[in-house]
Amino acid sequence: MRELKILAVVTFFSVLIYILVEPFAHSQMHKHVEGHNFTYTGEADIAEASDEKKAVKEKFWSEVKTIASLKGDATAGEAGFGMCMGCHNGANMNMGGAIPPNLDHAGAIYDKNYLIALIKDPAMASNVDHKYADTMMHPMGSVSSMFTDDQSIADVVAYLLEKKAGEVTPKEAYKEACVRCHAMRYANLTQLGETPKFKHEKDALAHKIKVIDEQDAVKAYMGKLPPDLSMIIRARSESFLETFVENPQSQFPGTSMPRVGLSAEGYEKVKAYLTEIGDPSKPERERLGPWVLGFFIIFSILAFLWKKEKWRGHH
Amino acid sequence: MAHFDENAKPFGNKWLDERIGLNTLTRVLQTEYWIPKDINFLWAMGMVLAATFGVLLLSGIFLLMYYKPDANLAFDSVNYTIMTEVGYGWLWRHVHGVGASIVFLIIYIHMFTGIYYGSYKRGRELIWLSGMALFVAFSAEAFSGYMLPWGQMSYWAGMVITNLFSLGSIEAYGLVEWIRGDYVPGDAYLTRFFMLHVLLIPLVIIGLIVLHFGTLRLPHVNNQEGEDFDYKEAADLYKAGKVKESKVIPFSPVFLSKDIFVMGVYFILFFYLVFYNFEFAMDPVNFDPADGLKTPAHIYPEWYFLWSYEILRPFNKDIGLIAFGVAQAALFFLPFIDRSPVVAPAHKRKLFNIWFWALVVIMIALTALGKLPPEGIYNDLGLFFAVAFLCMGPLLVWITIKEKNEMKGA
Repeated sequence: MRELKILAVVTFFSVLIYILVEPFAHSQMHKHVEGHNFTYTGEADIAEASDEKKAVKEKFWSEVKTIASLKGDATAGEAGFGMCMGCHNGANMNMGGAIPPNLDHAGAIYDKNYLIALIKDPAMASNVDHKYADTMMHPMGSVSSMFTDDQSIADVVAYLLEKKAGEVTPKEAYKEACVRCHAMRYANLTQLGETPKFKHEKDALAHKIKVIDEQDAVKAYMGKLPPDLSMIIRARSESFLETFVENPQSQFPGTSMPRVGLSAEGYEKVKAYLTEIGDPSKPERERLGPWVLGFFIIFSILAFLWKKEKWRGHH
Repeated sequence: MAHFDENAKPFGNKWLDERIGLNTLTRVLQTEYWIPKDINFLWAMGMVLAATFGVLLLSGIFLLMYYKPDANLAFDSVNYTIMTEVGYGWLWRHVHGVGASIVFLIIYIHMFTGIYYGSYKRGRELIWLSGMALFVAFSAEAFSGYMLPWGQMSYWAGMVITNLFSLGSIEAYGLVEWIRGDYVPGDAYLTRFFMLHVLLIPLVIIGLIVLHFGTLRLPHVNNQEGEDFDYKEAADLYKAGKVKESKVIPFSPVFLSKDIFVMGVYFILFFYLVFYNFEFAMDPVNFDPADGLKTPAHIYPEWYFLWSYEILRPFNKDIGLIAFGVAQAALFFLPFIDRSPVVAPAHKRKLFNIWFWALVVIMIALTALGKLPPEGIYNDLGLFFAVAFLCMGPLLVWITIKEKNEMKGA
C-alpha cells in the first residue's frame, strides 16, 4: 500500500538523522574510556603513567595486592582506627585543603583495595601524585608514620569493613564521599554540609561567611572551586560519570580531583542521590508514561474508526 | 440595513448567521472547502504542525508562570523551581523541549512534501513563501527559546550566533553589541530574547499561520498526481451525492477525520519521546549553568540548524557567511528557481527526481557533519557537501529549463 511505503521512507530518513546526530556524533565527540566496575588494581594508573613513574606505580599496586591477601584483625584494627579519629572526627574543620571526611560508613561505600592503598600512600591511591611532585605534601600524608607495617594496614581496613559498614542512605553516601568539595544547592548542601535554618539574619550571614571561608580554602587547594553537583546527573552521560568517578584522570588528565575510591555499591548510592536531586521527576515520569501513551493509542483507534466511517463510499 | 429577525433565539443558529454569517463561514472554511481526494497522510502534516504549535503555546504558558528572565535566576527557575517544586512542571518542560525539536522534523517533512509534489507552482507561490516565512519565524523562536534556560549551550550558542552579525571582515562589532545590549551575552541579552520568545515572535507566527492558511484557500492544496481539475464540477458532483465519482472531499468532516487519525498516531510518537527519549531535544551540556569563562569542548546548534551551520563552517569566514546567506535565501525563492511549469510528483519527472533525492542526501549529510568535530575527513566531507548544496540551485534551473523545452517539443 502506497501510504505505508511513504511512511517507511519518512521513518527511514528520520531514524537515519537521529542515529547520525545522536549516538554516532556523540561517539565521535567523546573519547571512549573503559570502566573497571569500581575495582582498584592500579591497572589504569600504571598504563597511563609516564615511563619514570611506571615502575614506582607497579611496585605500589603489587604491594597493595600483597596487603589485601593478608588476613586483617578487626579488633587490632580498632586501636589503629583511634589514630584516624584524630582528624576524621566529624568536627567539620578544614585540614590542609579539605575537611577530612566522616568515616561512619567507610566500609560500606569504599573499596577494600582502595582503602589499603589510601592508607599506604594517599596521593598514589587517589591517582593525584602529580600534584605533590615538589615540596607540597598530601594533607593525609602523615598517615604513613601511623601505619608502618603491612599487618597494621590490613587490620584497620578489616575494622572499617566490619564495624563501619552499616546500612547507608544515598544522602549519607553523598555527604561522606563528595560534599567536602562539591556543594549541592538544590539539596541545601554546602561544603560544610547541611545549612541549618537560622532565626536571625545575622546568624545566617555568619554561617554564609564560614561557607565562603571553607570554599576559599578548597579553592586554594584544588585550584578552582569544584562544581556544584545539583544537576550533574543530567549534565553528563552515565558512562562519563562512572568512569570519571572511578578514575578522574581517565577523562581529564591532570585534573586535581582525587579518586575517591567508591565501590560499585557505594557508587550506586551516590548516583541514587544525584538522581533524586537532579532528576526528581524520574519515578513520576515512569508512572505517568504508560497512561499517556495508552490514551493516545485508544484515541488513534477511535479516530481510525471515525475516519473509516466518514470515508465510506468515497473510493 | 440588513434584516434581523426579532424572533430569532439569541445565540441560536439563525441569530448568529444574521450577525456573523455563521453559515457562510462554515461553508467556506469547512463543509465546502474542497480538498482533493487523491492525497496521502503527508497532507496531514499541516494540521499536525498546527497541533504541535498549540501544544507549544499551551506548555509555554504554563512555563511562563514560573520562569524568571534574570541571568542570576533563570537557570534555577527552570531546573529547580519548574522541575522540582511545580506540580507537573517537569511534564510541561519536557513537552515544550521535545515539541520545539520535533516541530522541525514535521516542518522539514512538510517542506520536502511540497518540493516532491511541486506544490509551490501554478498559483501556489504564496503558500510556499508564507511557509518559508514561518520556517524563519520558527527558527527565530527556537533560537530565542534556547537562550532561556541560561545553561552553557544557551550562552555559547548565543555568543556564536550573535557573532555572525559582525558580518565577517566588515567587523561590525557595534551591531553585535547593539543586538546583545552588552559586550557579551548577559542580563540585557537574556531579557530581550525572553521578550522575543514569549511575545513578538509568537505574534508574528500566529499572523503568518493565518496568512499561510489564507494563501491556501483559492489555489487549493495539490494532490498526489499534480492533477489540475475543475473544482466546481467536482464539488457539484459531490454535493449531488456522487461522492465516489467526485475528485474532492470537504475539509470538514471528511478530510479532518483523516487528519485527526494521523495526529493521534503522531502524538503516540511525541509522548513516547517526552517520557522515554528526550535527551536528543535537551542537550546535557545545557544542564551546566552558563559560564562565560569556560567554553564547552564542542559547541553545536540543535539538530535542525546543523545543515546550515555546516554550510557556514568549512569556508573562511567571509565566504562562509555568503554561502550561509545564499543557502537560506535559495530555498525561499524555489518557486522562481524552478522554471518548469510541470506540477507532478518527482518520481514522474526523471531528472528532477534525481535532483530531489540528491538534495535529501546532501542535507542529511550536512546535518550529520554539522555536529561532528571539524577534524580530518569530516572537514573534507563538510566542504564537499556544502559546495554540492550550493550547486543544487543552478542545477535546478538547468533541469527545469530542459524539462520546459522538452514539453514544448512534445
